[in-house]
Amino acid sequence: MKKIIANKEIDVNEEGYLVDFSQWDKEVSECIAGECNIVMTDKHWEVIEYLQDKHHKEEALSIRGIKKSGVINIKEFYNLFPGGPLKKSTLIAGIPKPKSCI
Amino acid sequence: MKSLLILGAGTSGTMMANHLVSKLPKKEWKITIIDQHKTHYYQPGFLFLPFDIYTTKQIKKNGKKFIPKKVNYIQEKIELIKPKENKVILGNGDVLNYDVLIVATGTDIAPEETEGMSGPEWHKSIFDFYTYKGAKALRNKLRDWQGGKLVVHITEMPIKCPVAPLEFAFLADSYFKHKGIRDKIDITFVTPLDGAFTKPKATEALHYLLEEKDIKEVTDFNIERIDYENNKIIDYADIEVAYDLLVTVPTNMGDSLIQRSGMGDDLNYIPTNKSTLQTKDYENIFAIGDATNLPASKAGSVAHFEAEILTENILRFIKGEPLKEEFDGHANCFIETGEGKALLIDFNYNQEPVKGTFPFPGVGPLKLLEESRTNHMGKMAFRWIYWNMLIKGIHIPFVSATMSKQGKQLDEA
Repeated sequence: MKKIIANKEIDVNEEGYLVDFSQWDKEVSECIAGECNIVMTDKHWEVIEYLQDKHHKEEALSIRGIKKSGVINIKEFYNLFPGGPLKKSTLIAGIPKPKSCI
Repeated sequence: MKSLLILGAGTSGTMMANHLVSKLPKKEWKITIIDQHKTHYYQPGFLFLPFDIYTTKQIKKNGKKFIPKKVNYIQEKIELIKPKENKVILGNGDVLNYDVLIVATGTDIAPEETEGMSGPEWHKSIFDFYTYKGAKALRNKLRDWQGGKLVVHITEMPIKCPVAPLEFAFLADSYFKHKGIRDKIDITFVTPLDGAFTKPKATEALHYLLEEKDIKEVTDFNIERIDYENNKIIDYADIEVAYDLLVTVPTNMGDSLIQRSGMGDDLNYIPTNKSTLQTKDYENIFAIGDATNLPASKAGSVAHFEAEILTENILRFIKGEPLKEEFDGHANCFIETGEGKALLIDFNYNQEPVKGTFPFPGVGPLKLLEESRTNHMGKMAFRWIYWNMLIKGIHIPFVSATMSKQGKQLDEA
């Protein structure tokens, strides 16, 4: 389905996650963050870049990964993306949320 | 004489030994398989053992029985892989040289990764069911348990058989109903993901199961520690869930051999090409099954489909031909829902599970993403198929290594 984000027509799934990463840019990110009541800071962007890099290498995203990332500790991660940090940060990063097989 | 070594005689390693013994030229190649354990377990049975559905005898056999006679079988610990020297060092000091190496060392639970998990309450009020020992200890506990708060918990992803914890919760509901004590038990499913079901079609088709069985869901729960003195699990956002009986799936990690050999990621899984199964760092080393870092489910069916494709790629590799980029992440899994019913899902890297019929389009007899008694019979029959066909490398009729779109209700593009 299509959604207008930052005045652009973006393809998203039922839960609002981008389905085509090539449509992602920082404006789109800031707009989605705004919907989650998050104001992006340098630290947020650092985390977003880390997640996008992991995603492109097809590595699984997990809280353990965050802990070992050297980018941020877990408490900070929760503070930056309150209420389901992986779910929200992946939404803003334009990549799929961590999933199971069903 | 050239040497092909297989590390690990579990589901993947045993299948590869059986596939390759008849296909590699006998005069040129010697096949050796190494595993430290004597027993081969039917791992899907670990789900049923706690509920006395299977006996211990039905899920374990002597592993050697399934290794072809023409394959050299060594029961010994593997100390180290030296990938740059094409050598494997065993626990007894023996050094084996190889021309081609297949790593099939699987994955195991790592309860020590979570504070308070493997402490004094391990296998007393905190249990796993991903090991023979854990499943058996849990069976003994459930036989006498009088009721209270049962928490079924996933520590972190990825895990072997991602649907098993959910199946455990469903089967627990049935088990306690039949015992007549379901009203004394509160079942809660706790997951680090954003739901017990995480994919749109499965959520839509299956969420009713949780309501029907009165299973509560706690989502986005990333465990920090277990307070085993006060019987609660605590997450990084300081959310607490109390339990009387905690059935957890601890962190899953690849074998420590992979770490010792400097070949893994931070969960000891080997970076592997997801289409060819060749490892990313060494062209004569291949990896299969749970040992890889593939973005596929860690499941026996995945290993089975991989084995068919890997066999072909090993033959191509030794002839110097380009590898086939064929593996598509195909998985095919029965999901027990209790009360003698089950679901079946069939999916791959790109296709989420959808409704339909399997293996014959429009006919079935198995139904995809829908509960049925036939599906449950399929799951029960699978134990026989596993011991008699699957690990012997016999092709399962009508089920191809790559996923078929036929019979699936796919959205029109």
